[in-house]
Amino acid sequence: MDWVNSILQGILLGGLYALFAAGLSLIFGVMRLVNIAHGDLIVLAAFLGLTITSTFGLHPLAAIIIVVPAMAVIGYLLQALILNRTLGDNILPPLLVTFGLSVLLQNGLLEIYTADPQKLNAGAISTANVALGPLYVGVQPLLMFGVSIGVIASLQWIFYRTALGRAFRATSDNAEIAQLMGLNKAHVFALAMALSMAVVAVAGIFLAMRTSFTPASGPGRLIFGFEAVIIGGLGNLWGTLAGGVILGVAQAIGAQINPGWQILAGHFAFLVVLAIRPRGLFPRVEH
Amino acid sequence: MNAVLSISSLCKSFGTVKVADAISFDVPMGQSLGIIGPNGAGKTSLFNLITGTLRADSGSIKYQGIDVSTNNSATRCRAGIARSFQIPQPFTAMSVFENVLVGATQGAGLTQREAETVCLEILTQTGLVSRANDLAGALTLLERKRLELARALAANPKLLLLDEIAGGLTENECQSLVATINDIKSSGITIIWIEHIVHALLAVVDRLIVIDFGQMIADGKPKPIMNSRQVREIYMGLDADA
Repeated sequence: MDWVNSILQGILLGGLYALFAAGLSLIFGVMRLVNIAHGDLIVLAAFLGLTITSTFGLHPLAAIIIVVPAMAVIGYLLQALILNRTLGDNILPPLLVTFGLSVLLQNGLLEIYTADPQKLNAGAISTANVALGPLYVGVQPLLMFGVSIGVIASLQWIFYRTALGRAFRATSDNAEIAQLMGLNKAHVFALAMALSMAVVAVAGIFLAMRTSFTPASGPGRLIFGFEAVIIGGLGNLWGTLAGGVILGVAQAIGAQINPGWQILAGHFAFLVVLAIRPRGLFPRVEH
Repeated sequence: MNAVLSISSLCKSFGTVKVADAISFDVPMGQSLGIIGPNGAGKTSLFNLITGTLRADSGSIKYQGIDVSTNNSATRCRAGIARSFQIPQPFTAMSVFENVLVGATQGAGLTQREAETVCLEILTQTGLVSRANDLAGALTLLERKRLELARALAANPKLLLLDEIAGGLTENECQSLVATINDIKSSGITIIWIEHIVHALLAVVDRLIVIDFGQMIADGKPKPIMNSRQVREIYMGLDADA
């Protein structure tokens, strides 16, 4: 039963990893930008949540209502003012600039919030359980997994069923032609980053509710996000969810064998997928 | 005369190559203007200047009396300038219908519901309605050319720029495309058409401009221009003494 339990925990944790990854996948899909600062932006959202919950005495889940639009605005401005200037035929400038941003964020957060580990107190929900047959499952992980699926389904819907999604796909396909059809590339990219940061906001709050975090927590989240994207296959959001779940389950199995192997087992699963299926398990079909 | 497009002293060089050398002309509302000239004469560059893909070195481009020389191409499209490409460039991973919807919602600024109605009409007009749900990447050359036309029309243009849209088609395909373009012309849209298939061009246009080495070397009624010695020498490659 221990095994079944830990695999179930791994699946639920995978939802959070998929949230880390979804924003990353969206941005790469729309503008071929690899955002090295993605993990640090998740941590920024977590600290924003900390400030809001401690200032207004709000529950972390209520703070999401403020942090999501705040991060979306930050994302729009970040893209419109800085990242759009770095995009071109050369893939190096956006990598370097987001790397610089990552360093800035880590040190800025360290300056403001110190290196002390922080955690958002979710109250009763963090200890509540529901019985699932012989197993007891935490309400909080279950809620997070449900929200992750909801977020991915919404992104999928936006991408394939709305004018905004068509704008993303058209610009991603051929930015110059899209421009000639009335799409302002700079604005479309900024909207994509705003959407990505809205997802990051949810991921950041969930991270902070689940575990303690410090200004240095970002790069680790970035790695999990990357691994989930690549296991699932680039440009496929449901694949990203599957990638997150595989990563979560691998970590859970590793931890079950030996508590010290949790992280290593996740990386090992990633390495195996990369070696056998370099394009991921569910790559987007090329037309 | 009410000019939709007014170009004056337009210049653009790439290094020592002049693709536009003091080009000036007006296009009145509702006119169909043909542009001919040898390969590399600067015809497509002229389109790129009008749509804003390229910025001119000097000179001005006025659209409906307003200088648009510094506007980006998205703004110009929303103002009513749309073009098709010589080599069709559809969004290959999107359906035909979605390709056209992009122009209608972004270029023409319609709501989703309005856009769907308009796009259906445009696909009917351009003969693509049976292919609406297929991926644009799966279309034949004629269908891709028609999609170029449909996408440009979806942006609800007042000025439609066609770049060698008849090139590479069979005679029958070419004739049916000409019929569609004449249809668009009679709806009152101003057309500028670059074309090497001269008989297709002459079946539509009211006026002809000849460009060579970035310069306008003739401008007037199509018949006299085609018969002029200057055009026969430069464009048709005839010997001056022939």
